[in-house]
Amino acid sequence: MSDIPLQAVLSQVMLGLNNGAFYALLSLGLAVIYGMLEVVNFAHGALYMMGAFGALIGLEYLEAWTGIPGLRLTFWWALLLVPLVVGAFGVLVEALLLRRIARLEPIYGLLLTFGLALILEGVFANGFSAAGEPYNGKPEALEGVVNLGFMFFPRYRLFSMLVAVLSCVAVWWVIERTRLGAQLRAGTENPAVTSAFGINVPRLRSLTYFLGAALAGLAGVVAAPIYSVGPHMGAELIIVVFAVVVIGGMGSILGAVMTGLALGVLEGLVKVVYPPMANTVVFVIMALVLLWRPAGLFGREA
Amino acid sequence: MAALPQHTAARPQLAATLAHPAVQWFLLLLAGLGLPFLVYPVLAMEMLCFALFASAFNLLMGYAGLLSFGHAAFFGTGAYLFGYASKMLAFGPLASLACGTLAAAALGVVFGSIAIRRQGIYFAMVTLALAQIVYFALVQAPFTGGEDGMQGIPRGMVFGMFDLQGEQTVLGQTAPWCLYLLVLVLCLAGHALIARLLASPTGLALRAVQDHEARARSLGLQADRIKFWVFVTSAALAGLAGAMKALVLGLASLTDAAWNMSGEVVLMTLIGGVGTLLGPAVGAFFLRYLHHALAGLGGWVTVLIGAIFVICVLLFRRGMVGEWRAWRGAARV
Repeated sequence: MSDIPLQAVLSQVMLGLNNGAFYALLSLGLAVIYGMLEVVNFAHGALYMMGAFGALIGLEYLEAWTGIPGLRLTFWWALLLVPLVVGAFGVLVEALLLRRIARLEPIYGLLLTFGLALILEGVFANGFSAAGEPYNGKPEALEGVVNLGFMFFPRYRLFSMLVAVLSCVAVWWVIERTRLGAQLRAGTENPAVTSAFGINVPRLRSLTYFLGAALAGLAGVVAAPIYSVGPHMGAELIIVVFAVVVIGGMGSILGAVMTGLALGVLEGLVKVVYPPMANTVVFVIMALVLLWRPAGLFGREA
Repeated sequence: MAALPQHTAARPQLAATLAHPAVQWFLLLLAGLGLPFLVYPVLAMEMLCFALFASAFNLLMGYAGLLSFGHAAFFGTGAYLFGYASKMLAFGPLASLACGTLAAAALGVVFGSIAIRRQGIYFAMVTLALAQIVYFALVQAPFTGGEDGMQGIPRGMVFGMFDLQGEQTVLGQTAPWCLYLLVLVLCLAGHALIARLLASPTGLALRAVQDHEARARSLGLQADRIKFWVFVTSAALAGLAGAMKALVLGLASLTDAAWNMSGEVVLMTLIGGVGTLLGPAVGAFFLRYLHHALAGLGGWVTVLIGAIFVICVLLFRRGMVGEWRAWRGAARV
């Protein structure tokens, strides 16, 4: 290990932290949806992909598709609008599909959202190149690098981490500290009693899926300038995020976020030390954690 | 009018004869022999391989209540190890099939001892993640040919006299009949093993565990051990199916081990009927035929498969065989 320069290690750790921020954001959305709807949202990766495509379409295709000259969605507008669109799509999915199977075993939710993920992936694979397209709408203000003291780091990546961390904190605050969050937690704990108090539980469920989908969409928009935007970008990621969720346990928000960040860093380190393992290290860790603590690090036995 | 009493008397007798297991297996064999006259023989063999794959999966999902989202790992391992034994080690086809099956079984032991600790959706996610390790291992292993897969795997000879490569003409249909017979017999043998297992005391214990695990445990059944061995059996049969697929097509590719394949076997089982003996085979036939018939659609097939998934979960959870049974049951009452 001694022959690996510290600089390389540090830069991979920072890149890993960056990836970890995305893991955290996505596993947070999964945990929120699972908590309320008892659905393991396999379509989460597809919603993330939709977010990235939303940004790309807004920038490159909107003008041609609508025929309105000069109609373009800049990055900042995309950051605001695309999560809302993806969230609204999520509300439709919840109302039209997931609600019908709410009383069945959770496994059907997984299967339904898997089918949904295939549909979304297939639709985008037919409309766009499978290899992916770059997103060229990175705002001027976020170009260039920042001197962190120990290394130079792309300004945009720093920004993306900031967005992810702020979103996680915001979600935590909404769920743990606001009246709405209290209702959500009550609805998760005991839907029957909660609705007896006059709280509209079905609306809460829609809202939850909106929130989860919007988070995935937001992650997609933020990811668009970093990774190339392609139809399969969500599928590989979602499996890693599943492993993150299994390791952290789906019980706690903080657990999901910490596990996501930590695994990102670990992945970065492995990339320096032993590159062939980089793709699989998260899954290996998951297997080890399961042997040691079957309920996950922060989880309760389900 | 005079024929009517005779007719009603003959029917229960016919039904009783048809209900006899030996008769049913014989009818299945006949149907299997007729298949190459209906569809392109290589497609028929592929259908049989996937039928075994789906039935192996259903042993776990339908009878142990465990949804594995990583069964492609066993299928792919079976295919690649068959290829390795047949192409690199120059083993005969039967020994190579055994290699693929045993490798998948060994992998099943590893997966099983990790995953069996979790249930429900967690079991699904854990198996999916473990399968991903296998997938990346197959991408990087030196003998797998990476993205290209392993091509040109020889079929070879069985017992030095049955040439699996050559084609024969039977009743006007030219096909690699030796190979076809081998695949058909192995597929039926796999199904017979599953049926036998489910009818055995272990099968009854398995049903008890699925119905009410806590109660089964309190009766002294070792639920985890039973589930573990069912998992390993399922993995081994999925490996055999994968090895047979590699034998038929002469190809082991990353598609065999990818997560889409794990999803596809779930769909085959779901569409045919979870927890029915024949359902998964019916689902596999249907889906393979669909793939074949719609090959010209390209990427839209994924959309269609996804849509079938959604429709099955929403409206059609009993599957074809399950719905047919329910309809027949309702007709009788």
